Amino acid sequence: MKHLLSPLDLSVNELDELLDLARDISRDPSRYSHCCDGKKLATLFYEPSTRTRLSFEAAMLNLGGSVLGFASADSSSAAKGESVSDTIRIISCYADICAMRHPKEGAPMVAAGKSSIPVINAGDGGHQHPTQTLTDLMTIRELRGSLNDFTIGLCGDLKFGRTVHSLINSLIRYKNIKFILISPKELRVPDYIREDVLNANHVEFEEVEKLEDVMPLLDILYMTRVQRERFFNEDEYLRMKDFYILDPAKMALAKKDMYVLHPLPRVNEISVEVDDDPRAAYFKQAQFGVYVRMALILKLLELDKKEV
Amino acid sequence: MLNVGQLNEGFVLDHIEAGKSMMIYKNLGLGKLDCCVAIIKNARSNKMGKKDIIKIEGGLDLVDLDVLGFIDHNITVNIIKDGKIVEKKSLSLPTEITDVIRCKNPRCITSIEQELKHVFILTDPEKQVYRCKYCEEKYSKK
Repeated sequence: MKHLLSPLDLSVNELDELLDLARDISRDPSRYSHCCDGKKLATLFYEPSTRTRLSFEAAMLNLGGSVLGFASADSSSAAKGESVSDTIRIISCYADICAMRHPKEGAPMVAAGKSSIPVINAGDGGHQHPTQTLTDLMTIRELRGSLNDFTIGLCGDLKFGRTVHSLINSLIRYKNIKFILISPKELRVPDYIREDVLNANHVEFEEVEKLEDVMPLLDILYMTRVQRERFFNEDEYLRMKDFYILDPAKMALAKKDMYVLHPLPRVNEISVEVDDDPRAAYFKQAQFGVYVRMALILKLLELDKKEV
Repeated sequence: MLNVGQLNEGFVLDHIEAGKSMMIYKNLGLGKLDCCVAIIKNARSNKMGKKDIIKIEGGLDLVDLDVLGFIDHNITVNIIKDGKIVEKKSLSLPTEITDVIRCKNPRCITSIEQELKHVFILTDPEKQVYRCKYCEEKYSKK
């Protein structure tokens, strides 16, 4: 039984296969529209998440399968005090595969230990969100043609942003990638990312505060939200927040073939005027997210070799 | 000089850092044993200045050596037969420990899931770093 709990559960070869399948799906999704006929996906969302849940549901529906589940802990048996271990044993009787989001870190791992169906981690607290990472990797690969040889700027809240940590962990496995980490000093990447991941693997990186200074160097700009509640004082927040509003003036400094990604939701860190720029890839990214989840469901259900 | 009776059959936990013997007594559950257990505190040691020693009359299966290795892998275990040391065992840091330390991350699933064991995995032997199996919260021995 295979589960997906962390992006690093997949080897680079397995990841390439998955992304190849996702690419094939993206070229003609209708060819895959009956691959999961009769199969059911359970979406176990113990905390609300509109995009991830709907992306999983769209993926299964696109494959001809059906979906069941709950969208918050209040509407689940967790409200009655049922453990994750018990819930997953029951869900295993109802569905063929499940996607679980839980506020507690490690909950999907507990579920995987008791489950007789594949478990996909759809986000566990501030820990892992592997399908967001798969989405990011597919977006970069599709737009650039490869996951090797580029400079990526990661901008905003690099301290608490799990998508950033997962993406760094995944990208260091590819060749010749340079990281530019753009954040206020209060929101720099945690020490373990700097020491145990980047330095330990001899990965080239630099840490800067101003986005404008590095815009011309970037092939990919990965924006994240700077959240007011992360700052200890309002003045610091006000000083920093304008650094990270991506607008047409900053885009003018960038390469013509640079792409902007964002895990969404965006609040005000990307001006809406940037949306029409052909380099704005964040809505395409959401579409790639559906394709990569379709590929993942097929892989975990071992339906990927089925004739389409 | 205090004399503690000679052990004929059993094992001795030697080179315990002075003052740590009661913690080891508790963590190894020695209080639950029926056999004879002697704790010697602040014994003179050429190597350590002073050290603690625990003598246990019985087989080595009475204690969890992984727990002991986690607490202090510099402790030596001397196996005694007929009043003589027949084997000296050295300890190593265990690759995994269960229910010895608890995850302190309030966001970890172990904080709410009943009867879930607290499992830590050795992720960096050089720095003696363990991480929670579930949430990867760091526990450093150094």
